[in-house]
Amino acid sequence: MKDKNHYLPEMATINEVIQETHNIMTFRVTFNDPQVMENFTFQPGQVGQLSSFGTGEATFVINSPPTRKDYLQFSVMRTGEVTSKLHSLSEGDQIGVRAPLGNFFPYEDMKGKDIVFIGGGIGMAPLRPLMLYMLDNRKDYGKITLLYGARSPVDMAFNYELQSWLEREDLETHLTIDAKYEGWQHTVGLIPNVLLDIAPSSENCVAVTCGPPIMIKFTLQALEKLGFKDEQIVTTLEKRMKCGVGICGRCNIGSSYVCMDGPVFTAAQLKELPNEL
Amino acid sequence: MIEEWNKVHVVYVPAMEKQAAASPDWAPGWCRLDSSSIALTFPLPIGPTPASVKTFFFPQPETLLTYTLENNHPDKGLMREPERSRDMQVVLGVRPCDARSVLLNNLPYQEDQFFQANRQRTALVGFSCDQTLSTCFCTRMGGSPLDSEGLDLALSRTEDGFLIEVCSEKGEALVADLELAPAPESDISALAARRNAGGNPSATELDSLKGSELGTLYDAPLWQSLGEACINCGACTFICPTCYCFDIQDEVVRGQGRRIRYWDSCMFPLYSLHTSGHNPRGQKVQRTRNRFLHKLKYFPDRFGPFSCVGCGRCVQDCPVNIDIREVMDDLIHLTAVE
Repeated sequence: MKDKNHYLPEMATINEVIQETHNIMTFRVTFNDPQVMENFTFQPGQVGQLSSFGTGEATFVINSPPTRKDYLQFSVMRTGEVTSKLHSLSEGDQIGVRAPLGNFFPYEDMKGKDIVFIGGGIGMAPLRPLMLYMLDNRKDYGKITLLYGARSPVDMAFNYELQSWLEREDLETHLTIDAKYEGWQHTVGLIPNVLLDIAPSSENCVAVTCGPPIMIKFTLQALEKLGFKDEQIVTTLEKRMKCGVGICGRCNIGSSYVCMDGPVFTAAQLKELPNEL
Repeated sequence: MIEEWNKVHVVYVPAMEKQAAASPDWAPGWCRLDSSSIALTFPLPIGPTPASVKTFFFPQPETLLTYTLENNHPDKGLMREPERSRDMQVVLGVRPCDARSVLLNNLPYQEDQFFQANRQRTALVGFSCDQTLSTCFCTRMGGSPLDSEGLDLALSRTEDGFLIEVCSEKGEALVADLELAPAPESDISALAARRNAGGNPSATELDSLKGSELGTLYDAPLWQSLGEACINCGACTFICPTCYCFDIQDEVVRGQGRRIRYWDSCMFPLYSLHTSGHNPRGQKVQRTRNRFLHKLKYFPDRFGPFSCVGCGRCVQDCPVNIDIREVMDDLIHLTAVE
């Protein structure tokens, strides 16, 4: 592949913009070249670099599932320069996409098992493609439970589909917020505590979790209390990334590069690496 | 010989005086031979050249793509391949340690189109080292002052001139049209004898580090004191021939944008800082440790060899006198105790 410029994105058009919360926007994009769109394949959990004109690139997970291929969906929380620029874009605007990058959730190994998804805030985004993929291949998996928490109802992304998730009979959905909020009809409490209340059985089960570092820390402790082994816990990491192909250096944890060898790791794999998360 | 090359190629030799940061031909530390220059000779210092050769393979800035922000431009909304120079460049005065660094850097850059294109258009003409400095330790890293590995032409001094070894197709092309006398057998066997006398450099005591547990090395007590001493200036990473990390930024001038990459350093906090404010290597000691362990453990774990050629530039120039040889000694000692 020496004749390919790895740093040159495919150009794509933003077809739809969804204002998820006050600081999260979702973009649905399609590649301009129909051939590229048609041949594009990816796996749940893989990421892409979104590229704006003038400010550069940042990494986001492709949060639409590979089973629904009309568009690629990225959810972007406004925090820095690139994300602010992305938030200024609207339907019809051009955007560069380098994807797919990285590894993916081991969904083949999860077949026949119960699955518990634990998502905190924007950490729900990487879980979404895997969960929807499993729902689209429902018979391959056992009981599926979702615990999705956010600071408050207004910080909860994917609001428009939460109701349909709650109503599905083949999915047990728990929604929680950190503190009481007027009109909130679901659980109130921090994710690790709510997880202990729900107490999913660890037998033949895999927990998939993503969220802010502090939530992950306590969620791992809760999972341990519930009897989950390190091999049964899967998470996906975030790092500052530039090249996306394992050269530029910054996303390393020991000899692993999160952009290439990750972002998906089991808790067992992470224990083998230096504590530089 | 140099004169002939200079007619058709761009020829660089080591610069002896300090160059301005923005050298006109983007090879700081090296100077381009002027076709009008009368004296086609150049001084070559003992030990490594002031600047490493990485600037020829991994120049900064390197333009990765270009675009326009002009509203009515036909290319608006496109990101385009950058224009690139395909001119052949010949670098004179390369030391064996630097030549080896290109092969090591090639391991992570195997799929990098820019690095590979620069390799194709660059010929390295090396000179073996008759003398070495006290800071040189190439033999410890598996190299040798007489090595020709990674070079296109390797020159060694003989009693009355130079013995030229042709090491690659590129090297062959460089000498093809020149009227050179065939080397006498005696010179060839003399060089071989000198190389043999150096012993087999491939097996070194350092190899014990490769098999040792990461945890032992990572938790070594020496990082604390080393991290306190190190001021994270990053000098070692910029002069190091095998430090190859880069940053990518967009730059817009008068409506014309380009995405460029340039050298970055794991010594800087910004290198790994998340946009959320979280930094996985927020402490100085973590960054110092990362640089050494990358060279001595992470890189070998991934690619095999150590990411160090023993040129000793970091030993010469570290403002707080950190010596990678001492770090290696301490780590070897530590793993031997375990």
